[in-house]
Amino acid sequence: MGSFDLMPDYEVARNYDRCIACRVCERQCSNLVHEYSEEIGRMTADDSKCVNCHRCVSLCPTRALKIVQSDNTYKLNCNWTSKSIKEIFTQASTGSVLLSSMGNPEDYPVYFDKMTINASQVTNPSIDPLREPMETRVFLGAKPEKIERDANGKIKCNLSPQLKLAMPMMFSAMSYGSISYNAHESLARAAEELDIYYNTGEGGLNEDFYKFGNNTIVQVASGRFGVHRKYLNQGAAVEIKMGQGAKPGIGGHLPGKKIDSDISRTRMTPEGSDAISPAPHHDIYSIEDLRQLVYSLKEATDYKLPIIVKIAAVHNVAAIASGIARSGADVISIDGFRGGTGAAPTRIRDCVGIPIELALASVDTRLRKEGIRDRVSIVAGGGIRSSTDIVKSIALGADCVYLGTSALLALGCHLCRSCQAGKCNWGIATQEPELVRRLNPDIGYKRLVNLMRAWQHEIEEIMGGMGINSIEALRGNRLMLRGVGLNEKELGILGILHAGE
Amino acid sequence: MKRVYVNEKWCLGCHLCEYYCAFAQTNKKDMAWALKDKKIFPNIRVEDDGAIHFAVSCRHCAEPICVKSCISGALSIVDGVIEIDKDKCIGCFTCILTCPYGAITPAENGQAIQKCELCVRTAEGTPQCAAHCPNAAIVYEDRG
Amino acid sequence: MMREGQVRIPSGCAISGIFSKSGMKFSGKDIVKSIGVMHDRSNGLGGGFAGYGIYPEYKDYYAFHLFYDSIQAKKDCEEFLNRHFEIAHCSEIPTKRTDGVDNAPLIWRYFISPHTTKLSASQLDEREYVVKCVFRINAKIDGCYVFSSGKDMGVFKGVGFPEDIAKFYMIEDYEGYSFTAHGRYPTNTPGWWGGAHPFGLLDYSVVHNGEISSYDANRRAIEMYGYECKLLTDTEVITYIIDYLHRKKGLTYQEISWVAAAPFWQTIEDMPDGDRQIHEYLRNVFSAQLITGPFSIIAGFEGGMMALNDRLKLRSMVVGEKGDKVYISSEEAAIRIIEPDLEKIWSPRGGEAVIVTLDGGGA
Repeated sequence: MGSFDLMPDYEVARNYDRCIACRVCERQCSNLVHEYSEEIGRMTADDSKCVNCHRCVSLCPTRALKIVQSDNTYKLNCNWTSKSIKEIFTQASTGSVLLSSMGNPEDYPVYFDKMTINASQVTNPSIDPLREPMETRVFLGAKPEKIERDANGKIKCNLSPQLKLAMPMMFSAMSYGSISYNAHESLARAAEELDIYYNTGEGGLNEDFYKFGNNTIVQVASGRFGVHRKYLNQGAAVEIKMGQGAKPGIGGHLPGKKIDSDISRTRMTPEGSDAISPAPHHDIYSIEDLRQLVYSLKEATDYKLPIIVKIAAVHNVAAIASGIARSGADVISIDGFRGGTGAAPTRIRDCVGIPIELALASVDTRLRKEGIRDRVSIVAGGGIRSSTDIVKSIALGADCVYLGTSALLALGCHLCRSCQAGKCNWGIATQEPELVRRLNPDIGYKRLVNLMRAWQHEIEEIMGGMGINSIEALRGNRLMLRGVGLNEKELGILGILHAGE
Repeated sequence: MKRVYVNEKWCLGCHLCEYYCAFAQTNKKDMAWALKDKKIFPNIRVEDDGAIHFAVSCRHCAEPICVKSCISGALSIVDGVIEIDKDKCIGCFTCILTCPYGAITPAENGQAIQKCELCVRTAEGTPQCAAHCPNAAIVYEDRG
Repeated sequence: MMREGQVRIPSGCAISGIFSKSGMKFSGKDIVKSIGVMHDRSNGLGGGFAGYGIYPEYKDYYAFHLFYDSIQAKKDCEEFLNRHFEIAHCSEIPTKRTDGVDNAPLIWRYFISPHTTKLSASQLDEREYVVKCVFRINAKIDGCYVFSSGKDMGVFKGVGFPEDIAKFYMIEDYEGYSFTAHGRYPTNTPGWWGGAHPFGLLDYSVVHNGEISSYDANRRAIEMYGYECKLLTDTEVITYIIDYLHRKKGLTYQEISWVAAAPFWQTIEDMPDGDRQIHEYLRNVFSAQLITGPFSIIAGFEGGMMALNDRLKLRSMVVGEKGDKVYISSEEAAIRIIEPDLEKIWSPRGGEAVIVTLDGGGA
């Protein structure tokens, strides 16, 4: 079938005054963009292969490279944008669903950026985190309804299983398969050092990482890949994945070429054949079925582990969360529509679901109205970019946040959004040994630890400014937020006042 | 004593160490000015063989054969670092023949040899191959 | 101008309390003198008192004190009270014209007990029934506000300096075994009587100096348990927290202090086995009842009193003892003025509760 050559969106701009033809760009590009031409004695580049991952830019020792947006354009049209036109050309020639990776990049409002944080002045003092203890410890899990005492009147610790975190952050689910062994090792080691948790995603748990079990959340998703008794009991909590913010309503697809022998063993799926997670769990067609799975998993783990239910933020998320809170789940995790993915149909990623800020606020409000907020903890994720996004999430009502994209960025990801190709130049979203080795976990885990510690410091600083010295006093403390440039409806859903009020 | 160590598990074969080594020897401020249109003569070389890459440089042996074999006294051990005095070197290349690691090479002018001196004489003063290795495959550390 | 409750008003303040461990009654004179010393800690925009053991002749009845904006409000409220309670006695609360105390609402008190049939039909515990009725009146009946609802105790408060409010209510004429007092320094004024302190619910009353930073976290949590925060003040939410933890969850006052002004984790980690687990349990289960930011409070309750500072001690508070009397105040001078010859005086550390109860037992 005839196809038009599409002009590339980005171009490799090489400063030949600085290029010494060391060829590191050529050696490091898995997309084969760069090539040294003996004939002209210079480096050349094929822009059409470039995914703009910045591996070459970062490694170029003379800073001779940059990637620039192409100024080639179709006739300008506010409706038929270049993007729409190109997508049509692509689909007309391939007949395929458009695929993308990572989170929704489209221009929707980012509510985090329209909320500001309070600070103390005069009537109560701010607290200096360098002088006073500043506490960020968090527990996740259901709280008991009744206080029980023994014969001597001493309180009995009748808590159901809990997760204890040194700071209100966890690394969100990213499966072994979608990301590399070295990426997993980095996350696991960082979680252990930080006294928090990482999440296996739906890909099972490599036995090498069993030793990090106390800091591991094991996931059970619709494909049930890698799920067995030992796996479940290896973790500190079990997460049932009902949905993912990047692709609500659809399943997952790990291409066979990413399934090498180690991944095949871990996932318990055949080597080289595609691993497909169905859209729904075929044993969960309603809320009462979810309750059964929650209790099946509790049985399988001897009621020793909290059960997390993860859902994508969709329109009626509050009602769904209320159902989950009554299903026996200990923690609800909500994934907003900016959450990342290793591969999703572009249309789904960009047009399905709602922002985490609104979803979180409405879930927290709903659970409180129904008087069941104590039955579950809430973990918010999907596009959280900084310590202030975390502070704002907690003030809206989250107990803790899940961090996926930001963790990958710490590991080197440059958000080229091409994970689905499996040729990640940073050794993260790939299984090619030559590429995987580019992520040295000794470096990776330290960068994750650095990022989390830096954010923890910032959270402490911001809390101190508000006169709050323990994170639980921030949770749901919406008076600490004000909206800027939001309309009445948005303020109402977020449950905050406008700046100046 | 701190030495340069290489872990082939993490070596990507990017060859950046060679360029940083060559650049360090020039003692210039900018690699583009220093190495533009020049052939480089690094003291560390990445050996590539398919999936395996390994950067090789002088190990600064405790009992170095090269020093023993030097007929002009140009090679000597200074604080554990094997250094070359290019004024004394007569370019007989005996050391090149004796070094079991292939870590010594003829200098650019062919009149003497050159080898890794752990950057003790460069502006940075610390091995630049290790400092700039993007994957910590080359490290400069004391392993006793 | 928005009334308190429609807008949140932070304030600084003075607090004072006197407690007789033997239960020996004393007049309200001393507490008035004590709070009067701290005149400069108030700004004339609120003062009030709570007395315990002051209504011995009606000690088995809930004493409701009400502010009415109008005769109509009084009519509506009395209709409600008649439907839900037996009224043993009702009267206007005696007051005296006092300079500096203006715009007083109608102020009435009722000694009541729940209709037995209504109570059993409600399937509620008696105290919960009373609380529900208080919330109903305050939320649903226009122009009424129940500001005191305990047995054998009463709250008296208004807009003015505390010493003027004392004259207005003739606090000196009451006799009780325990009194607390409050002088208010709000940062802006709607001048509403209901907004003055102490804040009372059942026999729990709280006077508070500070501005808590955990306010909205505490408020949104406590509202989930059926409490309606109408005033948006710290004192209101602290009172509800105490009521919730004590009456509904059965925590002791000591445990309540461990929740509200919890020890730091680093302190808890150094505790012996057993204690450590209990503190970790309380901080985990009642994390939403942790109060941060500066506060010193005196919580009165039937048969006792608890004084508590925030965990960093960001507000002053001293405690003195002489004989069977315990004195608690924002400033030492306010204790010395009534008892210059103290046996003991100290400044409790942040988060260290001082709990006193009647010798013969009590709470």
